[in-house]
Amino acid sequence: MTEQAVKSPPQALDRQDERLRQDTGLRGAVRGFFDRVRAGDVGVLPVAVGLVIIWTVFQLLNPIFLSSANLVNLTLESAPVGVIALGIVCILLVAEIDLSVGSVSGLAAAVLAVLLVNQGLPLGVALLAAILTGSAIGLLYSQIFLRFGIPSFVITLAGLLSFLGLQIYVLGAAGSINLPFDSPLVRFAQTAFVPAWLSYVLVVLAAAGLFGSGYAQIRERRERGLSHGTMRGLAIRSVLVLAGLGFAVYYLNRTRGVGWMFVLFIALVLVMHYMLSRTAWGRAMYAVGGNAEAARRAGIKVNAIYTSAFVLVSTFAAVGGVLAAARLAAANQSSGGGDVNLNAIAAAVIGGTSLFGGRGTAFAALLGVLVIQSISSGLTLLNLDSSFRFIVTGVVLLLAVAIDSISRRSRSSHGTA
Amino acid sequence: MPSTSASSDERTSARSGSGSPILSLRGISKHFGAVAALTDIDLDINAGEVVAVVGDNGAGKSTLVKVLAGVHSPSSGTLSFESREVTVPTPADAHALGIATVFQDLALCENLSVVDNLFLGQELRKLRLHEAEMETRSWDLLRQLSAKIPTVRIPVAALSGGQRQTVAIARSLLGDPKIIILDEPTAALGVAQTAEVLNLVERLRDRGLGVVMVSHNMADVLAVCDRVAVLRLGRNNGTFDVAGLSSEELVAAITGADDNAVTKRSARSQPRPGATPTSATTTPTPNPLTEREPDD
Repeated sequence: MTEQAVKSPPQALDRQDERLRQDTGLRGAVRGFFDRVRAGDVGVLPVAVGLVIIWTVFQLLNPIFLSSANLVNLTLESAPVGVIALGIVCILLVAEIDLSVGSVSGLAAAVLAVLLVNQGLPLGVALLAAILTGSAIGLLYSQIFLRFGIPSFVITLAGLLSFLGLQIYVLGAAGSINLPFDSPLVRFAQTAFVPAWLSYVLVVLAAAGLFGSGYAQIRERRERGLSHGTMRGLAIRSVLVLAGLGFAVYYLNRTRGVGWMFVLFIALVLVMHYMLSRTAWGRAMYAVGGNAEAARRAGIKVNAIYTSAFVLVSTFAAVGGVLAAARLAAANQSSGGGDVNLNAIAAAVIGGTSLFGGRGTAFAALLGVLVIQSISSGLTLLNLDSSFRFIVTGVVLLLAVAIDSISRRSRSSHGTA
Repeated sequence: MPSTSASSDERTSARSGSGSPILSLRGISKHFGAVAALTDIDLDINAGEVVAVVGDNGAGKSTLVKVLAGVHSPSSGTLSFESREVTVPTPADAHALGIATVFQDLALCENLSVVDNLFLGQELRKLRLHEAEMETRSWDLLRQLSAKIPTVRIPVAALSGGQRQTVAIARSLLGDPKIIILDEPTAALGVAQTAEVLNLVERLRDRGLGVVMVSHNMADVLAVCDRVAVLRLGRNNGTFDVAGLSSEELVAAITGADDNAVTKRSARSQPRPGATPTSATTTPTPNPLTEREPDD
């Protein structure tokens, strides 16, 4: 301690080990970033790079791609699959999988349509029933998983087929139910946009929130003599976020603007981000995904964590199904079918959630779904049909998993797997 | 059995003050079906004392640890903690009493950082994690143990075996336990890391904790322990003061090669190179407990 104290500036409590390189200032931050990437801690880097490449290529092929109108469409298309992907992030964090999210979303859409249109129940009741259907399915999965120890991919593969059957049964002979266009739900998904002034207020609030929480963190760490970021760095970051989000909103506002459905998706991402990164429950999710036995011995109720993950993924799937039905203004036998399942899982994985558990963030769902929908939108603009879309999405998914595996190998060779 | 609670050495009595042990086991037995894994085990652990539990494979060491940790309930016998008779049906109960266990496989989450692992399951402010406070306390704890961990924000996967052992031990100290049980703390470690962990054990003793160390390694046992309890085939096979005990005597007690360990102990000035494990295996003694007193 004494020789440490001799060094000119008093060193932070967590920076006193002489083996530790002192990364300070902008240069230190850049150097630390490259070190992390080289060691396999790639974070959102691949998906950010991928998004830039995809957008550049499609913009070169078709100048409409980055137009405001198309991007507004892109955000609205992203929301339903994005919400489902948010659930997939949760289940992948505990190193399990749910392959039935498509069917569950379709079933929720069918339940909503039948209760709302055929039974004439109030919208609130129908919504609640549809979403609780998802929660109940998640609870069922978790109980089967915990009681019988069947691998989750088998349980949910069975669910994929069973709930598709239930969806078709619920829809009845007609096979398709249209939602009334004057329903608040349909308007919410199709024509409800944030007023321009409010969208800018939200942007300012987001930047202020970032600054506020960063400032609180710096103050807390400084009080305790821990190393902390600089106020200038925080201010720069907040201004960059303000400018970036401000420009994005301005660009979307040139046509229809920011859809409320997309705002709902972003809000869910932020809530899940907080839950996963700042609560004991979130910490337990990562712990169970990393080493379930260790989590159990640490006193974590592992079964409750698994249950929460299964319930969340099915609930989010139901919410996504409801949003998709609202956007389409109909529930039919192909709701939640086709590529919904794979797109949601691909979005989570492309966004940087590890298939091996214990790694990933809520923002993976947002970034991943933007990639998936960009590809889909770009190929549609090029007049390529769904055959190409399936092929390209499949290849991108494989690429994302390859990046996950390679970075995992890199982490283990750098001793941080 | 050899009366040991009276023979606590001067270091123990100086530190613990009160004569009564923190944890006493009386007549603990554990049966798994027809197999008696433990039979009539007596053991006392005092404050500021390191007690080694040694024995061959299958001697019942791990079962004993699990009984103390609340993983298994004993079939019969009593446990007293601070002179009160207690039961420990679950690991949480053991932890609540003040018995912390570091299992051989450490049970750390490799994808989480050192701080996250230390506070796993006992985070501060469940709904708004108090990261700064947890990090400060982690540093305090690691400093007390003179742990050589460069930063607490790296995943545990990046740490060496000795460092991980340190993290596991530090975590067990968070609940302010009175007894800490280390199951094979040096089994997987290199020379330097072993020395680190042994230093750590001595620091735990100096903090006034009762330490139970399960080990196969005679050198480690003789280096840091105050007393050695030998198990053989699920029974007490003698408890020895380490002062003056030789490795050969210990091996003899573990393997049962020598039916007369107590006699040898009284005449321990003479080295006995003849008592090798090889000769032990050729002696299938069904009752190796002749040195135990009949009233045991």
